[in-house]
Amino acid sequence: MEIAENRDAEKVNVTVTVRYFAILKDQRGLTSEKVSTEAATLSALYNDLAAAHGFSLKQNQLRVALNDKFVDWQEPLAEGAQVVFIPPVAGG
Amino acid sequence: MFKFAAEKFEIDPLKKSLEDDRAGAVVCFEGIVRNRNEGKAVVTLEYEAYETLGQTEAENILDEAHTRFGILDALCVHRVGELKVGEMAVFVAVTSAHRHEAYLASRYIIDEIKTRLPIWKKETYEGGSSDWVNCQHLSSASACEASHGSK
Repeated sequence: MEIAENRDAEKVNVTVTVRYFAILKDQRGLTSEKVSTEAATLSALYNDLAAAHGFSLKQNQLRVALNDKFVDWQEPLAEGAQVVFIPPVAGG
Repeated sequence: MFKFAAEKFEIDPLKKSLEDDRAGAVVCFEGIVRNRNEGKAVVTLEYEAYETLGQTEAENILDEAHTRFGILDALCVHRVGELKVGEMAVFVAVTSAHRHEAYLASRYIIDEIKTRLPIWKKETYEGGSSDWVNCQHLSSASACEASHGSK
């Protein structure tokens, strides 16, 4: 997935794996995908994906996990990372 | 001990695993699939979990219950997959020397499981429509945020 139109020399392109659950899985039509992105943070990555695929959930309705741990939205992305956006939960 | 279960499970062996001569109380909670939710007739539901993170988070919750309430032991099993009305979705059991701590810890565990574990529930209603619970009423973002709890 190509996100940036004009390549900024300072931007770094990384490839991450995004796994989708629940409503995001339905809206994306996939359980996971590799995403090549110049997004610097998880927040930027979600905004890019939400715009590209029409996700209905706003970022403030979600939590985010990086490599199987809850993390802050401002966490930077590293090559090969696994990202999961976590919709409002409903266990129990 | 926490685990996800893809199939129906028996609770007697789970209770047996908690047997302890120091325990004066065993409090068990069973969460059951109800036939109505928000005024709609529920026929089946599907639980989907992000199991790796869910396992870690559930173990954190059980550890917190130990620390906060001084219980002897606690366990929880949560179903995933498709469930019908009347089936058990979640089981929590706590042992302690006295009943007070066991009740408090049981309540703490199920409340935290509901707000913190990455598990989602898709309900299918009479007539065939379905919804991911807590993800539909998007005009009230606060309700969705609240469903994640304070942590």
